[in-house]
Amino acid sequence: MTPQLGLPLAYLATGSSSFADFLADLAPEVLPGRMTMGPGEATALAPHGTTIVSLRGDFGVVMAGDRRATMGNVIAQRDIEKVFVADEHSMIGIAGTAGIAVELVRLFQVELEHYEKIEGLSLSLDGKANRLATLLRGNLGLAIQGLAVVPLLAGFDLNRERGRIFSYDVTGGRYEEHDFYAVGSGAFFARGSLKKLYQPTSTLDNAIAIALEALYDAADDDSATGGPDLARRIFPVVAVADGGGVRIIAEGEIATMVAELVRHRMDRPDGPAASIAAGGLT
Amino acid sequence: MSVPYYVSPEQIIKDKADFARKGIARGRSVIVLEYDEGILFVAENPSKALHKISEIYDRIGFAAVGKYNEFENLRVAGVRLADLRGYAYDRNDVTGRSLANAYAQTLGTIFSETPKPYEVEIVVAEVGATEDLDQLYRLTFDGSVADEHGYVAMGGSAEAISAELAKSWRSGLTLAEALRLAAYLLGQFGSDEVKDLSAEQLEVAVLDRNRPRRTFHRISVSTMNELLR
Repeated sequence: MTPQLGLPLAYLATGSSSFADFLADLAPEVLPGRMTMGPGEATALAPHGTTIVSLRGDFGVVMAGDRRATMGNVIAQRDIEKVFVADEHSMIGIAGTAGIAVELVRLFQVELEHYEKIEGLSLSLDGKANRLATLLRGNLGLAIQGLAVVPLLAGFDLNRERGRIFSYDVTGGRYEEHDFYAVGSGAFFARGSLKKLYQPTSTLDNAIAIALEALYDAADDDSATGGPDLARRIFPVVAVADGGGVRIIAEGEIATMVAELVRHRMDRPDGPAASIAAGGLT
Repeated sequence: MSVPYYVSPEQIIKDKADFARKGIARGRSVIVLEYDEGILFVAENPSKALHKISEIYDRIGFAAVGKYNEFENLRVAGVRLADLRGYAYDRNDVTGRSLANAYAQTLGTIFSETPKPYEVEIVVAEVGATEDLDQLYRLTFDGSVADEHGYVAMGGSAEAISAELAKSWRSGLTLAEALRLAAYLLGQFGSDEVKDLSAEQLEVAVLDRNRPRRTFHRISVSTMNELLR
């Protein structure tokens, strides 16, 4: 046999447009979720990221995440970022084991870009959502040992011309959410808050304000979710996807909105009251 | 019993090289040239789907002439190599030089080890932070690699176009000037008859050093019409 010079044959093979599949063949050791561990529970080994919220509006969809990572009762990091731009039209937020989650996001970003470069066009939003489910399934073994990752995907669907939200479970189950959703340890409180504040037709500013309220409510009742840190000027990361693409909202704008929110909470610490229909007990 | 003819190694190499050159000369030309804000790729290519110019990575672009299936194969391999390197190390660690080396090795091996060489010629371009740091690598069918300055022309009429570029190209051309120059030269020398190429007949892309992260950007027909006016 002649010695192999130049690029190995795997590089020149035709057929696959998936970066993850290519990695699985050529360098499986660099894939997240491929590490092998001894038996036992590993939850306490690494920091965990907490709450992500997302909601739709007339313009598209917003996603926001708090900045805290915890290890048991210790705050592991105050300014971790858990909301990322996935590609030009979608964004991803992550809760769960921070190290694996951040690696999963990196793989997902390359996966989307790789497909786009090789095929010359982007995946559909449904295609992206399904790819993420497949990548997540690769982490199931670690999830069972306590190193679970739960992402939240949102994006602007160019075919349907509206924002869409996809939630996942650790087994790679994929569920489309209609209006809003939250994941992470503070998700129950955030979802309760979103349920009361959500308006189907909301402007971008309104939707961001609702997302910030929901994160504040989550931090209010869940010790693992970080509230806005006014002293250190650490605010939630907020991203928006609309017809023009995805962008992260500038920190200055969020700081202003958070200051306003906190001012109102001084008067009413539980946040805005939802109105109820007339005709209750008199 | 028949005795196989003896063919000298020199003759085999020469025959293969002639074969590859003939294949490349049949194709339409591609010009890659530096302008003040980056690197411009211009190809005469009426197809909107089968590209001769592509993005490899954040600052690296690819242009090719010759047999489509062969250079497409190399392009995909380049994207895989760059994405794997960027994922395993960091996005800043992906360089045009390492990609050009990998292509050179691959083309060289194919040329010497297989009966049919690839009938392709490619350019790997990398846009730098400033004009001095722009890199153009030209790779030929036998794996030769050359580090070019300012401009490269490939394909059937490469020689005539290069001779003209040597006279007309200067550093600091604007995008519109560079595009008009390339379109004019492809029209003059691209085929037997002299013609004016319209935007619809061109495939044009840039590596724009001012763009954040992914600098590769295809130029639409409407933008081209404005620039060519």
